[in-house]
Amino acid sequence: MKQKTIAVVGAAETTEMGKIPDTSQLMLHADAALNAMKDAGLTAKDIDGIATAGDSPVEVAHYLGITPTWVDGTSVGGCSFMLHVRHAAAAINEGLCNTVLITHAESGRSRVGARRFSRDPASQSGQFEVPFGITSPPTMFTIPALRYMKQYGVTEEDLAHVAVVQREWAAQNPRASFRDPITVDDVLNSKMIAWPFRMLMCCLVTDGGGALILTSAERAKDFPQKPVYILGTGESCETPMISQMEDFTSSKAFRVSGKKAFGEAGIKHADVDHLMIYDAFAHLPVYGLEDLGFCDKGEGAAFIRDGHTRPGGRLPLNTNGGGLSYMHSGMYGMYALQESVRQMRGIAPAQVPNAKISIAHGVGGMFAASGTIVFSNEAP
Amino acid sequence: MADYNRPLPTATPETRHFWEGTQNGELRLQRCTACKESYFPPRPFCPVCGSRAVEVYKASGKATLYSYVINHRPRPDFGTEPHSIAVVTLAEGPRMMTNIVDCPQTPEALALDMPLEVTFEKASDEISLPKFRPAKKA
Repeated sequence: MKQKTIAVVGAAETTEMGKIPDTSQLMLHADAALNAMKDAGLTAKDIDGIATAGDSPVEVAHYLGITPTWVDGTSVGGCSFMLHVRHAAAAINEGLCNTVLITHAESGRSRVGARRFSRDPASQSGQFEVPFGITSPPTMFTIPALRYMKQYGVTEEDLAHVAVVQREWAAQNPRASFRDPITVDDVLNSKMIAWPFRMLMCCLVTDGGGALILTSAERAKDFPQKPVYILGTGESCETPMISQMEDFTSSKAFRVSGKKAFGEAGIKHADVDHLMIYDAFAHLPVYGLEDLGFCDKGEGAAFIRDGHTRPGGRLPLNTNGGGLSYMHSGMYGMYALQESVRQMRGIAPAQVPNAKISIAHGVGGMFAASGTIVFSNEAP
Repeated sequence: MADYNRPLPTATPETRHFWEGTQNGELRLQRCTACKESYFPPRPFCPVCGSRAVEVYKASGKATLYSYVINHRPRPDFGTEPHSIAVVTLAEGPRMMTNIVDCPQTPEALALDMPLEVTFEKASDEISLPKFRPAKKA
């Protein structure tokens, strides 16, 4: 896409986050959407493009009273919202619509009006993976890590450091689910989930949602909030089965999506002030740092352990506390985008001083898909 | 027959040869007769070159351990004992998910790259699952 032709003019999360047993999943979509429309000074009548994942965009549009001329139900897991941003940018530039609402909501913990998670036993995954016990992310997403650890001499302590550093960020965020400091020993002594992964290396399961509103950069100047411009975008996918990843030490979808986004944005890694990498589990930021090109292969864990991503470090990473400590309702990509927008507006609880370029990088499924968005807060 | 209340696969026309193979004690792969590439999971065309000229053959059943986890969360269908969920690299090249059996389910007993051999676990009248165990010394 063309740089800075599109801007985020509305962004909000659900009013409550964490445990919301008195609200259905559909209403969480609406709550986030109403908050984002208020943020942008708009009503449903002003929205002519709608996108969501998991649930149907038809359901969300009708519930909110939106009659769109552009609909995107791309649903490739937790990074779907990065793909929606990319597709929305193209759609607005093509004149298919003017003002796009992207929503995510999941009653991940309370399961009020939530989708049932199941795999068809005749699907490829249902035939060749599920019978061996991988019906949930903690036993699926984690499988490649041991190969990575052996290849690069990375230890369980190294993985624990990821969780420790992200808790340091979460401590600064009043909305984070877990804010108390933790040590490497705390992580290594937490409950065993799927060796080598302990409880504190796994993301939370919460309720919540978020919504974004995008329009052309030209119109963005007239909105109440500081516009956050889209500088570059990327997307890709690899395989619905984690056993069929080409290489267990690297995500092809990450590499392709990241390269595309950097190329569109025309930036170097040194230009990036702030980074979000979807952290469903502690190894994800390590793979992300390497596959996006911030670190050489095998160097990602040491980069985190050495403090470069922690508060005060040179590459602030997952500054909301991440899926490990902030929240994770099921499709976390929306929250990574929200934090990038807050950082670009200059209103994040753990604000990175003078941050001008932020990247939000998402994963979908278990290394199945990926989306990358590069944001800038400098006007075109 | 093990106590199976676990999710079992449903074969499709494109995968039936594989599940018929495991029932008959054979691990069946496919390869392209044009580019000679072996591949898995089953499909009636070559994922590398797109040719539909493919053949089913009996694989050696030999593999090495590529990566795994040891699940510690009790599950109604898998019981309470920790168990491995693994991905193996077959001698013929493709990778597949499985469980490593007939050995302690511990990091010490499950060394990456260890040689393995296939064994078949009858789960129902229709389905036998391919599992892998440490290879017997030659």
